[in-house]
Amino acid sequence: MATVTPRAALTRLAGPRVRLFERETHLGYLLLIPALLLLLVFVAYPFFFGIWLSLSNSQIGQNGHFIGLGNFQFERSDTVFIGAFMNTVSYTAITTVFKLGLGMIMALLLNQVFPAQRFVRAALLLPWIIPSVLSTLAWRWMFDPTFSVVNWVVIHSHFSATGVDWLGKTTSALAALMIVNVWRGTPFYGIAFLAGLQTIPVDLYEAARVDGASRLQQFRVITLPMLRPVLLVVLLLSTILTFADFTLPYVLTNGAPFNSTQVLSTWAFQTGVNGGYIGIGASISLVLFPLLTVIVAGVMLTLRRPE
Amino acid sequence: MAAVTSVRAGRVGATKHEIGDRFRGRLFRVYIPVALFTFITLFPFYWMAITSIKSNSELLDHTKNPLFVLQPNLQNYRDLFFKTNFFHWMVNSAVVAFASTTISLVSSILAGYSLARLRYRGATAIGWGVFVTYLVPPTLLFLPMAFIIAQLHLFNNYWALILTYPTFLIPFCTWLLMGYFRGIPRELEEAALVDGASRIQAMVRIVVPLALPGILSAGMFAFTLSWGEFLYALVFMSDTTLKTVPVGVVNELIKGDEFFWGELMAAALLGSVPVALLYSFFVDYFVAGMTAGAVKG
Repeated sequence: MATVTPRAALTRLAGPRVRLFERETHLGYLLLIPALLLLLVFVAYPFFFGIWLSLSNSQIGQNGHFIGLGNFQFERSDTVFIGAFMNTVSYTAITTVFKLGLGMIMALLLNQVFPAQRFVRAALLLPWIIPSVLSTLAWRWMFDPTFSVVNWVVIHSHFSATGVDWLGKTTSALAALMIVNVWRGTPFYGIAFLAGLQTIPVDLYEAARVDGASRLQQFRVITLPMLRPVLLVVLLLSTILTFADFTLPYVLTNGAPFNSTQVLSTWAFQTGVNGGYIGIGASISLVLFPLLTVIVAGVMLTLRRPE
Repeated sequence: MAAVTSVRAGRVGATKHEIGDRFRGRLFRVYIPVALFTFITLFPFYWMAITSIKSNSELLDHTKNPLFVLQPNLQNYRDLFFKTNFFHWMVNSAVVAFASTTISLVSSILAGYSLARLRYRGATAIGWGVFVTYLVPPTLLFLPMAFIIAQLHLFNNYWALILTYPTFLIPFCTWLLMGYFRGIPRELEEAALVDGASRIQAMVRIVVPLALPGILSAGMFAFTLSWGEFLYALVFMSDTTLKTVPVGVVNELIKGDEFFWGELMAAALLGSVPVALLYSFFVDYFVAGMTAGAVKG
């Protein structure tokens, strides 16, 4: 009798707890099923299937066979692919710099007091809400060389007598693409930074002012470090979205003129869907994956919390 | 007495001057930049609207000032509804966006609750696994996905979009909701458990209602993203009556090199209305949802 008690007491104590814990485990996995099932079937499976496709000579309507790294070797010497690669990198890098700068200015402005503040804040986020196909079409029409508004302004302000063939010249088309991307992407940075600004305690600025810090010093020493977490998330999401952007380049120029605005996504689409070379197309879009991983790792490393 | 008045007058003068200075400072530092930002942001929408009510002859007359309309008319809208399948496209977009949002929300609430609230082995790893799907956007998956959709015989079928949109909605919604679930005090739930509620009951009756603002934010985001999705819809839907708004507009209102700008802009405006309306009613939820991850991260 005496020998049983401590053990019995222990099991009686531990029993329900363990069972509760087990119940949580089962329930935990159970609740994950719908989400994980969808992600496994429609993300993981196509991802690995895509890797296989990129190593095959598949075409529309027929499963090809394994050809090793043939597709990638072909791309290494394909000038359009190399151009698309460079364009994707510069499209992401240049627009990110502008969105970062303009977004910061927008946030600092919105943090001030001015009339119709709520309206302005709501209005400034609009480009980000509206389906990108539809707003990009509006921009395509604005860039129309003969009948539209951008050149009307250029001509009537006497910058140029004939205007610029924005989307028709290799020199200006990529710039036009970037302008539209910055227009669409800046609000996201602005509003996110604004939310970050509003979490910074006002006393910090007051203390700095007492110590005689200038506006610029306050910005550098207080605002920027306090915005680090916001900066991390915003940069991460935005670079991924810009890097893999298909809609905007496809609707505005679709690679024209002469492949000068081709990015990896549009080139993969043209090769895989229009051209029917699914194997090559899959290998083109797969190139995005290591690049995205590098970008994400880079952003996380540079902006990780200082020890 | 006279001295006092003069001093007062002097002070009043100084204050006025100060206010003037501050106003001028703010004019250049705040008002003008804000006006500029607002103008550049909104101009394309003005341009959509003004173009959509111009007649073709006015559109192609470059002697006139393009910024204004002389004879506004609704011909473009009439053409859109009676000569194209625009109405079908709107219905398709609504069905697809609504269904994929519902599926994503339900699975994200369950998954988010599980990952944020229940303790079991592998929860953290699975949470990161869900996050990693951000690294495989539709651009990377659309070609193999087309094979899978073909195998499932889902080409030209709503389900092709309803089942694939959650792949980019679930990761986002799950992470957003995990944040909201974590913010709800555990004690509330534990009290319900002590009172004899099951874990599911505690979730449905206590945690979910308290996380409603987050759920609303996630839902609005999911709806907006699915309403505007383009790539999957472009690849999977080729039947003219089954296209969504973005695909229909780009595929069928542009014929080769011919752009029907009046109709296109009318379609762009109408196609933006549902999300713009949703947005205008729930701006604050929208902003909260967008920045929740950012601020907490």
